[in-house]
Amino acid sequence: MNRKMVFFTTGQIILLEAALLLFPLLVSAVYGEACVTAFAFTIFLCLVTGLCLTVFLRPKNRVIYAKEGFLIVTLSWLGLSLLGALPFYFSGEIPSYIDAFFETVSGFTTTGASILSDVEVLSRGLLFWRSFTHWIGGMGVLVLMMAIVPSSGSSGRSIHIMRAEMPGPVVGKLVPRVRETAKILYIIYIVMTAVMVGLLCLGGMPLFESLLHAFATTGTGGFGIKADSIAGYSPYLQWVITVFMLLCGVNFNLYYLLLIRSFRPVLRSSELWCYLGIIAVSTVLLTLDIRPLYDTLSASLRHAAFQVTSVITTTGYATTDYGLWPSLSKGVLFILMFIGGCAGSTAGGLKVSRIMLMFGNARRDLSRMLHPRSVGVVHIDGKKAEPSAIDSLATYLTLYFSMMLAVFLLLCLEPFDFETNFSAAVSCFNNVGPGFAAVGPASSYAAYSGFSKLVLCAAMLLGRLEIIPLVLAVSPSTWTKK
Amino acid sequence: MKIIIAGCGKIGSTILASLTAEGHDVTALDKDGAVIKEITNIYDVIGVVGNGADCETLAEAGIEQTDLFAAVMDSDEVNMLACFIARRMGARHTIARIRNPEYNDDSLDFMRRELGLSMSVNPELLAAGELYNMLRLPSAIKVEKFSGQNLEMIELHLRDDSPLGGMKLSEMRTRYKAKILVCFVRRGEDVFIPDGNFTLECGDKIGLTASHTEIARLMRELGIVRRQAKSVMILGGSRTAFYLARRLTESGADVRIIERDEAQCEELCSLLPRAVIIHGDGADQELLLEEGLGVTDAFVSLTGMDEENILVSIFAQSRGVPKVITKINRGELEKMAGDLGLESIVSPRRIMSDILVSYARALENSRGSHVETLYNLADNKAEALEFIVSADAENIIGIPLKNLQIRPGILIAGIMRGRTPILPSGNDVILAGDRVVVIAAQQRLGDLSDILK
Repeated sequence: MNRKMVFFTTGQIILLEAALLLFPLLVSAVYGEACVTAFAFTIFLCLVTGLCLTVFLRPKNRVIYAKEGFLIVTLSWLGLSLLGALPFYFSGEIPSYIDAFFETVSGFTTTGASILSDVEVLSRGLLFWRSFTHWIGGMGVLVLMMAIVPSSGSSGRSIHIMRAEMPGPVVGKLVPRVRETAKILYIIYIVMTAVMVGLLCLGGMPLFESLLHAFATTGTGGFGIKADSIAGYSPYLQWVITVFMLLCGVNFNLYYLLLIRSFRPVLRSSELWCYLGIIAVSTVLLTLDIRPLYDTLSASLRHAAFQVTSVITTTGYATTDYGLWPSLSKGVLFILMFIGGCAGSTAGGLKVSRIMLMFGNARRDLSRMLHPRSVGVVHIDGKKAEPSAIDSLATYLTLYFSMMLAVFLLLCLEPFDFETNFSAAVSCFNNVGPGFAAVGPASSYAAYSGFSKLVLCAAMLLGRLEIIPLVLAVSPSTWTKK
Repeated sequence: MKIIIAGCGKIGSTILASLTAEGHDVTALDKDGAVIKEITNIYDVIGVVGNGADCETLAEAGIEQTDLFAAVMDSDEVNMLACFIARRMGARHTIARIRNPEYNDDSLDFMRRELGLSMSVNPELLAAGELYNMLRLPSAIKVEKFSGQNLEMIELHLRDDSPLGGMKLSEMRTRYKAKILVCFVRRGEDVFIPDGNFTLECGDKIGLTASHTEIARLMRELGIVRRQAKSVMILGGSRTAFYLARRLTESGADVRIIERDEAQCEELCSLLPRAVIIHGDGADQELLLEEGLGVTDAFVSLTGMDEENILVSIFAQSRGVPKVITKINRGELEKMAGDLGLESIVSPRRIMSDILVSYARALENSRGSHVETLYNLADNKAEALEFIVSADAENIIGIPLKNLQIRPGILIAGIMRGRTPILPSGNDVILAGDRVVVIAAQQRLGDLSDILK
């Protein structure tokens, strides 16, 4: 195993974080806030750690395999979160380091679960960093590095890193070069964010707030900067956010195909139609269900559409406390938490394509029971799904449910009710953010103990990196020389 | 440049590797999903699974914007069809591998024209050509020709008793008075582009450029002259063996081909009336000795199995055959065979990828003095390139070489003016229409003007 390359790349990522921390430093300097020193000190620490790793462990042999790809992603994300939590801690605005770490992991994994009961007291620099972590984590920090650091994406082997970081069962390239693919993805991402900022500003939201909401929406994160999340904003702004949450739950490859004017594969993408179908059906159901709670039909439609897209794209914004909604609505939202967005989007969850593959496989097996000699093929997007893809799906589902239940069991040590603990586990594992009851959209995770917060951090990382990289990184056989 | 490679077998994946290293955007196409998966894990390319002659697959691979389409699938006919369709669908240039001897006769030009092929490549024929050159000059490890034919580049191994060991290059020039130029030296893993102060050591492998007659003279003076191979034993009756045997018998050499398959033997018999075809297992040492391995001038192993080629070659070498040449197709084995003491190795794979790389480079620099021939030297550490000088290369034409600001690691190894080779000294000049041979270490040249700082 190429350990040097693993640590070297982690070092590069930490150096990149130092560069990214310059943005919040600038913001806090502009507003003249005291947290400037916290950012400056964190940047210094990042530089020291990053330089140590990159200078002392410069590898001669740059060849990596899938194993190294998984390890690079795990270590980078851990390092990123551990160091990214420091500004909150140094500034004293989040006094406990575990709380700060929880907030940062929640940011990078685009979960949006918060331990802050009153977010509005946070200084602007820290608010910016908090939302910016969503944006970085959404598309992936290693993908960002491949796009901007020439040497990192030049080897063909870097596909292993991309595959480990990008969500979804199958990661495809858009163009032959990994580096170009990463660039295209980031350009689409940046343009979408910029358009969204513009639309929010048009609706009368101040620029600073627009930026932060755009970061949290395009990354499908969900950190609000108001105590009542999005509830206080005008219906126009809520609709803009709804639309962008929806767009960011779509596979970004499809936007590239639209850009190069190849419309047919986009129209034929069964994952896209399935995703839109689920949203449409759920929205109609919820609108009817919550109709008595609101004065007008348009209001109930707006709240239903917002909550549905927010949960399925695993963003976690709320325009109202859906904990007070009838059981059917809560049930639908709970199921949507599992489904998540499309593969290759910034959303979390199981991903629509996995669900489709699951059901396709189930259908084939059922028909095989009726006609034992029949030969069935599972199709996805009009193509035959490889048997190996179905095998690895089974592995993924096994790990997914067993780990989620393990997290739930550990949370049960706390004196909360069943609904709270179970929804907290599901919500964090799927990177949604808010759950139900005591961790609902109107409250926070502050009440959990330090241990439970660490368990939830692990759940969020497992969910964002899709389990396998983390499991491999902690298994001893990966690290032994054999 | 956007390039599609259809067929990712041994040759396809080598081409893919060198073209990606050149910085092109490569799409790999193969009907086997497992092959594509493997390839996309190793190289920075995009993979498409499907039939290379199918319009839909080609469209998926983005054929409309493709600059170069190369078909290197198993079957000649599929390659031709794929290139034809690719050209019609918008590929700017197409290259097909066509190996069947029936197609490689006078009808080739006709087909090339009608199918709109930019080039057809027959790696077996080219390999046979390279083998033939090596057999004509057995003292050299390798012989490469440039298009003028009068200028050759050979590689010599300085053995422990070589008079050149410990000699400075400037001294060598005065002592032997031969018009030769030492253009690169391989010492272990390193490659040097030497100047006059460079001292040679025993064990070095040196590359020389000179005309054919000058090389023969130098060999005589060095006392390492070996006569042209007059009797050659070939193991394996492949297409390469056929092409080689045909050229050898035409030049009057005795050729013996050992082939395992009886039907193949009979076919070779009717095609090569002057060669002796032996039906038998070439790995059988008794058979080899019986057929005169001990007295033959040269032994060439051309079976489809690299491992068999290597083992039998080692046996032949141990029996004192003066010249042993081994065909090896897989890159890893090439290095291993070198470590095992086999010097002369021919690789159709490398020949093919050299041709594609030079074609792609010429396309990229279609204006100016473009690459005519390219040879990869010393495990990709250096290249020999032949350029045709165009009239608009004003920064080079007519200026004495000593006044040109040439980049380090570059050597002008020869100039061909008409049919006369010139070994350049500081006072020589390059004129429009010349063919210039340049050796470049660790850098990629696309145009002649790239040699300048």
